Amino acid sequence: MSPSQPTAAERFINGILPENPVYRQLLGMCPTLAVTGAMEPAMTMVGATAFVLISANVITSLIRGLLKPHLRILVFTLTIATFVTIADRFLAAYVYEMSKVLGPYVPLIIVNCIIISRCEICASKQGVGVALADAIGMSLGFGLALASIATVREILGKGEWFGVTVLGEAWPNWGIMALPPGAFLTLGLLLALANWIGQRRAEALAAREKGTEG
Amino acid sequence: METLITLVQIGIGAALINNFVLYYFVGICPFLGVSRRIDMAFGMGCAVTFVISIAAALSWTFTYFILRPGAPLPAWVWETVGGTSGNVDLSVLSYIMYIFVIAGSVQFVEMYVRKFFPALYKSFGVFLPLITTNCAILFACLEIMKHLQDPTRLWGLHEALTLAVGGGLGFTLAIVLMAGIREELDMCDVPKPLRGPGIALIVAGIMAMAFMGFAGVDRGIEAALSTLLK
Repeated sequence: MSPSQPTAAERFINGILPENPVYRQLLGMCPTLAVTGAMEPAMTMVGATAFVLISANVITSLIRGLLKPHLRILVFTLTIATFVTIADRFLAAYVYEMSKVLGPYVPLIIVNCIIISRCEICASKQGVGVALADAIGMSLGFGLALASIATVREILGKGEWFGVTVLGEAWPNWGIMALPPGAFLTLGLLLALANWIGQRRAEALAAREKGTEG
Repeated sequence: METLITLVQIGIGAALINNFVLYYFVGICPFLGVSRRIDMAFGMGCAVTFVISIAAALSWTFTYFILRPGAPLPAWVWETVGGTSGNVDLSVLSYIMYIFVIAGSVQFVEMYVRKFFPALYKSFGVFLPLITTNCAILFACLEIMKHLQDPTRLWGLHEALTLAVGGGLGFTLAIVLMAGIREELDMCDVPKPLRGPGIALIVAGIMAMAFMGFAGVDRGIEAALSTLLK
């Protein structure tokens, strides 16, 4: 481990907001858009992705001494595919209805760029502890992002949150929010909001530094 | 006659009505990443269509003969080694198999095109390695697998290929349209936080709304074809 690599605590914090996989790195777009019509499938998806991410990161970190540079991507993908098969069978056995709702998006976790990028950036270079912290942080960041999108879409689209009615009878359900266009629009606007907050904070920081200098 | 209508329905469905990008959200990464210029977008679309067809043909073959419940090859092997019950189901292996097929066919296509079509390689060779992690390819394989589960209504190779080619063409259409709009957007005054992916996603949302208008087109075409061919 080179001294320039971040520590476990830094990896953990980075994953949640500063390097949020969805809002900052724009990774894992398929599930982000596809399963966020309501909170319940979104949270199931986060659970499955977190399981695969944590397992794959730990395994990759354990075998990092054996990896050959030209074969590493294939090894990552096969590790991920194995855990995705486990997650898929598990969901089909215990929450069958939900696994039908998620449909092809559970196997599509295999090609979720978040997991491959974490294996490549963190787990293949650092120890098990750091890889575990990184995976948990990234999963929390992913969960936060999906929860924010699903909250907006479910409340505006159905007037519900986790299946519980939030907005009363008078709310005209915006059907479009539950359909594919709503996913694109919500993510685009939330992304703009995240950028706007980031820019405001950077400007405030710059102004403060200028103040202390002057 | 029946076959032709089914094929047209599958093709139109994959390309327009249930567009891979705008309805199923697969292949979003290249859709946002490589859609800045029309020629690049077209190259990416061609590369995806090409690989998706090869991967679909291979995965149909593997699924039909090896992976589906009641496939002939494992049953034959099982009986040869002395097993009694002929019900062998290897579908648990399908995800790993598909990833192998996709990674392998991308490698193979890259080598083949570089050796025999150097001009073609120059125009879209750079996109080929990116495609291994493109969800659209795996999604096509999974759709084909879904239609090979019920033994009474199995998809043939022609249906699988139509789905793949239709999906690839739909992807090309969406990404080229997107690139055209983004080239124009460069000349607009977009609010600062929306610049880049933000405005692209909103444009994609409006495009998805437009594509919702294709719903039901397949039934119209089916009716027109059946009167035409009678």
